Amino acid sequence: MPGADQILVALLTGLADAAALFFVASGLTVIFGVTRVVNFAHGSLTMLGAYCGWSLISRLPPTPLGFTLGALATMLVLAVIGAMMEIGLLRRVYRAPELFQLLATFGVVLMAEDIVQALWGVEDLALRRPPWLRAFVLVGGARFPRFDLFVIVLFPLIFLFLWLLFTRTRWGRLVRAATEDRDMVAALGVDQRLLFTSVFALGAALAGLGGVLALPDASANLGMDLTTVTDAFVVVVVGGLGSLSGAALASLLIGFLQAFGIMLVPKATLALVFVVMAVVLVLRPNGLLGRPPGRERASGETQAVVRPAPRALGLLGLGTLILALLAPFFLGPYALAIATEMLIAMLFAASLHFMMGPGGMASFGHAAWFGIGAYASAFAVRLLAAPMPLGLLVAPVAAAVMAALFGSFVVRLSGVYLAMLTLAFAEIAWAIAFQWVNVTGGDNGILGVWPASAFAGPRAFYWLTLLLTTLGTLWLRRILAAPFGYALRGVRDSRRRAEAIGVAVMPLQLTAFTLAGAAAGLAGGLYAYGKGSVFPTYISLGHSVDALLMVLLGGVGTISGPIVGALAYTGLYDVLLSVTGLWRLVLGAAIILLVLVFPEGIAGGVFRLWQRMRPA
Amino acid sequence: MKPPGPVLAVAGLAKSFGGVAAVAEVTFAVASGEMLALIGPNGAGKSTCFNILSGQLRPDRGEVLLGGETITGLPPRAIWRRGVGRTFQITATFASMTVRENVQMALLSHHRRLWRFLRPARSHFADEADALLAPVGMEDQAERCAGELAYGDLKRLELALALAHAPRLLLMDEPTAGMAPSERGGLMALTRRLAAERDIAVLFTEHDMDVVFGVADRILVLDRGRLIAEGSGAEIRADANVRAVYLGSGATSGGH
Repeated sequence: MPGADQILVALLTGLADAAALFFVASGLTVIFGVTRVVNFAHGSLTMLGAYCGWSLISRLPPTPLGFTLGALATMLVLAVIGAMMEIGLLRRVYRAPELFQLLATFGVVLMAEDIVQALWGVEDLALRRPPWLRAFVLVGGARFPRFDLFVIVLFPLIFLFLWLLFTRTRWGRLVRAATEDRDMVAALGVDQRLLFTSVFALGAALAGLGGVLALPDASANLGMDLTTVTDAFVVVVVGGLGSLSGAALASLLIGFLQAFGIMLVPKATLALVFVVMAVVLVLRPNGLLGRPPGRERASGETQAVVRPAPRALGLLGLGTLILALLAPFFLGPYALAIATEMLIAMLFAASLHFMMGPGGMASFGHAAWFGIGAYASAFAVRLLAAPMPLGLLVAPVAAAVMAALFGSFVVRLSGVYLAMLTLAFAEIAWAIAFQWVNVTGGDNGILGVWPASAFAGPRAFYWLTLLLTTLGTLWLRRILAAPFGYALRGVRDSRRRAEAIGVAVMPLQLTAFTLAGAAAGLAGGLYAYGKGSVFPTYISLGHSVDALLMVLLGGVGTISGPIVGALAYTGLYDVLLSVTGLWRLVLGAAIILLVLVFPEGIAGGVFRLWQRMRPA
Repeated sequence: MKPPGPVLAVAGLAKSFGGVAAVAEVTFAVASGEMLALIGPNGAGKSTCFNILSGQLRPDRGEVLLGGETITGLPPRAIWRRGVGRTFQITATFASMTVRENVQMALLSHHRRLWRFLRPARSHFADEADALLAPVGMEDQAERCAGELAYGDLKRLELALALAHAPRLLLMDEPTAGMAPSERGGLMALTRRLAAERDIAVLFTEHDMDVVFGVADRILVLDRGRLIAEGSGAEIRADANVRAVYLGSGATSGGH
């Protein structure tokens, strides 16, 4: 049993964690409330804050005053960066579908990573800690960092400041009004542009504060963008999107959970937070203090009508397929390995597109099914010494079973909440793969998942992959054109109408979710055999983001989109990687350019051009 | 020839939200081929009533009978399956599909063919869909995308969707809301003709009194959840209670 001192220290640690979470999450939730933009780059702003803070504070006198000035200056810099980001990018995409706003912020994430790396290098940067930063206070018999006490005190102060700002000032009232009803505020003649820009600047400044305050206990590092944004998302979603009090409450909940979790269940800390988020979302689909989303948008984003593939496209596909069949005769082993990966990426992207485009269920955790498929194949080989056909069969089946179990909770939600629940599940799966070392091998993964001898050569394995991924992708396409796929799209277009003509919405969505999981699982199984090993990174957020990027790059609205997107993304990645060290910067810039120029994705844009050129 | 008994019979319907009675002891019936209008000032309980009938809300008390069988508290899907079609105040159609495909969806659902994974959807029931589009005058636009239709055309498409499973009862929530006044009469005359031809009972709410008095066979007036009058257009016009509610009097305030 932990003693009273330990409990007190854990309590304080939890409060300090909660404070750090709140600074970042409050900015995220306010930005979402007003602009409805899911800002994936919020963690990047925190990372920038940490690095800027490091540079500024290192040059200032090592006193509390120096630190405070450095922190305030950092917040100012971040506010300017936030405002620039809003004016230069987000303002241009407010009218675009939600997913393109997401894609745009992904672009910022990629660019920010390379910019930070170019400016500050790859080393973690820790602050030189003067005595006042190193000081401890004695709590009972235990030592607790004095700086953390200061952070704890700052928590209610910042909350109070924001609360007063939102309730007592004209600006705050406008912000709240815009959160309630954007169109109404516009109709009242309020300059929305200024309002949005200032909200974004405030959110970015808060993110920067979070980054600076992380410096004394930790460091500025390149991984903090994704970890921070994941934590902040969890807090915002648990608290209820757009709710400041919700964010504060959820910060406390998650902070305490982390502090006590390490004490009570040290082996499951990584999963714990996401388990709690999943439980909250299942019990309260709009978070603790969130309100249900407003009425169904009258016409929504007008979706382009999906027509059967024109003859030319069919011929193009056939030509590509023949070329792909012949590829092993003129590609070297390295190029062939990349081609194999591209094919697997194509099926993976097609499976995500299936649920996210026509299904209307965007997922931030699609790598879960890919990873479960990969691990299922690996276990089949490892534990059962299964032959490859069985190993490849187990992959989609295991992914489908898990997707069906989990999907029954997912399909009760919608929009960002749904996406976050899928993320929660993927993070839990990742944590299991990472922390349950006895079974999964942890970070070392499982090795020796080699294909049967007939398919051991790169050519044979390539052909096998070509066969299975093409069949899988074509089958998903076929389903989308069949009544089932139409019904799925119908639910996305208008849930009310679908229900009013007797469509069983939840079973339909659950089935789609399961099918998508199975296809991703097959891709994962193939990948496991292709690489000969499986690792927790297959389930990581980064891998889920890869899939999202492929689908969004290709275009959600077209059926060929994910195929084009997967090939373009994998190809671009490999080309860029070999040409430049700054591949993220180039890719991020390309994505942002694409969002601004081709909001319908590559395939959508090409389709539009083709239609324009064709005589009417 | 009229079938015995009403298509829809509602008895003692009641629903409260947080202690406020939105609908209280409402009883009425609609006969086959009849156009029944449900009117009343804002907040009178029309929408609540409608949502109970179509299954979005469960009543606290009371019973809803369709063709003599109870449908009280069934989910929307089950109520639709028993022959109730509906249109919405803000049209709800499938924006990413063509007009014909919209109707094909309703037909696929009606024939229980939605759970098919192979044959393309557009090859199912195309002729039947066109046969439903013709009477509402939408056959010329069958190939157009529903997302780009004019609002009046969307309303007519919705009507075709609601008629796809040959319903016994049609529920129309503010059918002419958002339409140009000149188009309103046309849509309601079309509805009236189709209802008469197919022996469909129509229950609709409406704000436009010209439409109500022009097309309804009978009118129900709700006020604060209670049924205060029922009768033909002439009777309703003459009703003192209705005049009080709509025009306001010393005793009743808050009317429109």
